Amino acid sequence: MTKEWTPRIVAFFCNWCTYTAADLAGVSRLKYASNVRVIRLMCSGRVDPQFVLEALAKGADGVLIGGCHPGDCHYVEGNYKMLRRFELLKRLLADMGIEERRVRLEWISAAEGEKVKTVINEMTEQIKKLGPLGMPQKFETWDKEIEHLAVEVQARDAAQGPCPTRAAQLKPMEAVHA
Amino acid sequence: MSAKKEELRIGFYVCHCGHNIAAMVDCAVVARYVETLPGVALSRDYKYMCSDPGQELIQQDIREHRLNRVVVASCSPLLHEHTFRGAVEAGGLNPFYFHMVNIREHDSWVHTDRGEATEKAKALARAAIQRVAHHKALEIKKVEIHPDVLVVGGGIAGIHAAMTLANAGKKVYLVEREPSIGGHMAKFDKTFPTLDCAACILTPKMSEVGSHPNITLWTYSEVTKVDGFVGNYTVQVKRKARYVNEDLCTGCQDCISHCVFKEPKFADDFNEGLGKRKPIFIPFPQATPQAVLIDPEVCLNFKRNKNPDGSPVVGDKCKKTCVEACGEKHAIDFTQKDTLQEVKVGSIIVCTGFKTYDAGRSPAYGYGNYKNVYTALEVERLVNASGPTGGEVILREGKNADGSPKTPKSIGIIHCVGSRDKKTNLWCSRVCCMYSMKLAHLLREHTGAEMYNFYIDMRTPGKGYEEFYNKLLEEGTHFIRGRVGEVTDWAMTPEEEGRLVIRVEDTLAGVVRRIPVDMVVLATGLEPQADAGEVRRLFNMSCGGDGWFLERHPKLAPVSTFTDGVFLAGCCQGPKDIPDTVAQAGAAAAEALVLIDKGYIEQEPNTAHILEDECSGCKSCIPLCPYTAILFDEGRKKAYINEALCKGCGTCVGSCPSASIVQNLFDDQEIFSEIEGVLAYD
Ligand SMILES: Cc1cc2nc3c(=O)[nH]c(=O)nc-3n(C[C@H](O)[C@H](O)[C@H](O)COP(=O)(O)OP(=O)(O)OC[C@H]3O[C@@H](n4cnc5c(N)ncnc54)[C@H](O)[C@@H]3O)c2cc1C
Ligand code: FES
Repeated sequence: MTKEWTPRIVAFFCNWCTYTAADLAGVSRLKYASNVRVIRLMCSGRVDPQFVLEALAKGADGVLIGGCHPGDCHYVEGNYKMLRRFELLKRLLADMGIEERRVRLEWISAAEGEKVKTVINEMTEQIKKLGPLGMPQKFETWDKEIEHLAVEVQARDAAQGPCPTRAAQLKPMEAVHA
Repeated sequence: MSAKKEELRIGFYVCHCGHNIAAMVDCAVVARYVETLPGVALSRDYKYMCSDPGQELIQQDIREHRLNRVVVASCSPLLHEHTFRGAVEAGGLNPFYFHMVNIREHDSWVHTDRGEATEKAKALARAAIQRVAHHKALEIKKVEIHPDVLVVGGGIAGIHAAMTLANAGKKVYLVEREPSIGGHMAKFDKTFPTLDCAACILTPKMSEVGSHPNITLWTYSEVTKVDGFVGNYTVQVKRKARYVNEDLCTGCQDCISHCVFKEPKFADDFNEGLGKRKPIFIPFPQATPQAVLIDPEVCLNFKRNKNPDGSPVVGDKCKKTCVEACGEKHAIDFTQKDTLQEVKVGSIIVCTGFKTYDAGRSPAYGYGNYKNVYTALEVERLVNASGPTGGEVILREGKNADGSPKTPKSIGIIHCVGSRDKKTNLWCSRVCCMYSMKLAHLLREHTGAEMYNFYIDMRTPGKGYEEFYNKLLEEGTHFIRGRVGEVTDWAMTPEEEGRLVIRVEDTLAGVVRRIPVDMVVLATGLEPQADAGEVRRLFNMSCGGDGWFLERHPKLAPVSTFTDGVFLAGCCQGPKDIPDTVAQAGAAAAEALVLIDKGYIEQEPNTAHILEDECSGCKSCIPLCPYTAILFDEGRKKAYINEALCKGCGTCVGSCPSASIVQNLFDDQEIFSEIEGVLAYD
């Protein structure tokens, strides 16, 4: 990578409010950071936590979810259902050591083109401050370490028979988490 | 059917959209990049993809290059997805083997760096290429349209929409909140710019609505619940008790003259509180329906306490001379209760109108403080022959030497009250300049007073409007340009004594002026109804930031909303005059007719279904569905979806722990590949 790093943000916008608001931002020729790539879903309720994890795993530095304001969901309350899942997801991310601020949920109505601009700019700035998440690279190093470990264990097994203690195995793993 | 095993042959098209896209995105670079992606058989950039030649290009390529998937990168799918699906279908491919990439609204229009915008377009295109590989052939479902229509609000918009539909032979339910239809227009004496009598053009329409065999008119009623979707709405309407049986009342009004209250005593809303009415009343002479009603708050036959259901307790204190006067007709019924009625309709037209700005919010103009400061609506009633004074313009305060009520000798009309102001409402209310001039003309005609109009800018964009302005100039109305600073009764000269002084900076003359007048009229602007928020939710519409209901597209779908089958007309969508309101109402009726006459709508096949083998029977999806489309087969211990009820939100799909629910067009695989695609750039 020769280019200067800039955040990669994946956004999931519901068709009826937030996606339309982003269209409005376009029609109004508002200008905002180009870091966000929007994926259209019919409703924010469709956002599977796995989408967020997948995006982070595949190299996103942040994920933005946009839905209709509470009470305004085109499908009555898909956004509330999402909100519940989102709270759980945030805990999960915290457990994984991923900063909460990398994942953001915003209610943006079809009329709020301005808000699309503000949220995207804010989020881009915030993630710039947090720096790259670099999950794919982390996966790579982890894979390498595990591979390395496997080789080491095999070598030891060959030399002195099956593994004597658990502790011996755990040590290199801790290094991974550090 | 064997598409899966078939070799992928994707056709990719990137649209320049004239300069709209090409100015910020290097389309040729995007096309060349996409050409290198796996599965892509052909990649082109073209000036206008949505044009006929653009669409033909797709069709031709499908045939000549045996394409089995198509991706177009251009504007928003909300604008042209339908167009391109049509082209793909015309080329002989299932229309759902198509995906659209938004590189205009979401890219070229919002970014300023050509390099970045091009990179983004590449990433989005790549995502679509990866996604479309997983697309499946789908079939469009047809849903029947119920031919009846609900019209909400009986102002001129609702009246015109209802009449248009009814004359086309469609059944209409017209629901109006007030006891009579007519809306604001019913309060006016004359209408600009032609000065034709409002009642003469409106009341015949009102009575036609009242007697039309195809219109069910429910006044004093409100919609309380809306279920369903385009073509099949179930609507619950609350009909408030008027304590008079509408079908039996002939509108003879004998009851009113025989009421135990000899004189009208209670503030009359229709006359903006300038007149009085009795507890039993008819809102105005031409009210439709021609039926009286009783106000239980002040009628002596009702007690002041309420039954557990909220209805007032019927007492026995009054002599009920009204009932006596009604006689044989037996129209009066003190035991009437609010009732709920349910109707089925296929489409809905919302025409709930506006309210006027509360003049009290601009204290500098003295409304409520000085008695002779009026709102425009009050003056509409004052100059009205059937108004509280019979059309005589007499002041609230001040008497002539002989004790008779005083008529004003000079009148100031302040334009733009509450409009075009950061502190109140930003928008121009569009009708105030015109109605201020109308009132100037009428007030002068009625009183011979000297007229002063204070305006910020004169806005007369309409047929015959500028001519009307010229007419007023010729009449000798004084037009003073400047935002009025204040209205005060603090006299500085003997001439100002006992009068109201309008203090204004005359921006044309460049001086601050004090103009003493006897009467001040505030041209209050138009605002969304106080309950616009609730009404919007009821019908699943959106509001703009200013609170007016939002049309689907400001130019191309001005009477549609984001909910299929729900249309808008009149001032609920934004301030406008009567000609524009009527035009919009006709357009909304035409949109409803399109639905009805087609007889069915095509539904996006984005419904969900359950993979039976994968379903663990955990039932967690069942309570998530707002349409109760998910059922449980107790025998097999599996959930299943009634696709006729599914609206395609995907909420169940997103939460199924065993990933056993699939949503067409938004399948997990499709989205995962899109995620991977948008991130695969360097
Ligand atoms: C002082 C003044 C003077 C004007 N003079 C002129 C003029 O001379 N010429 C001209 O062209 N225009 C004039 N206008 C503009 C004109 O009033 C509007 O263009 C017109 O009234 C708009 O009609 P509408 O049906 O959209 O709304 P409205 O007239 O506001 O009618 C809306 C109706 O819906 C009903 N309603 C509201 N909410 C609900 C609900 N939830 N359920 C059921 N019913 C509901 C209301 O009770 C009302 O009857 C004037 C406006 C003002 C304020
Ligand atoms: S449709 Fe926007 S959140 Fe449900």
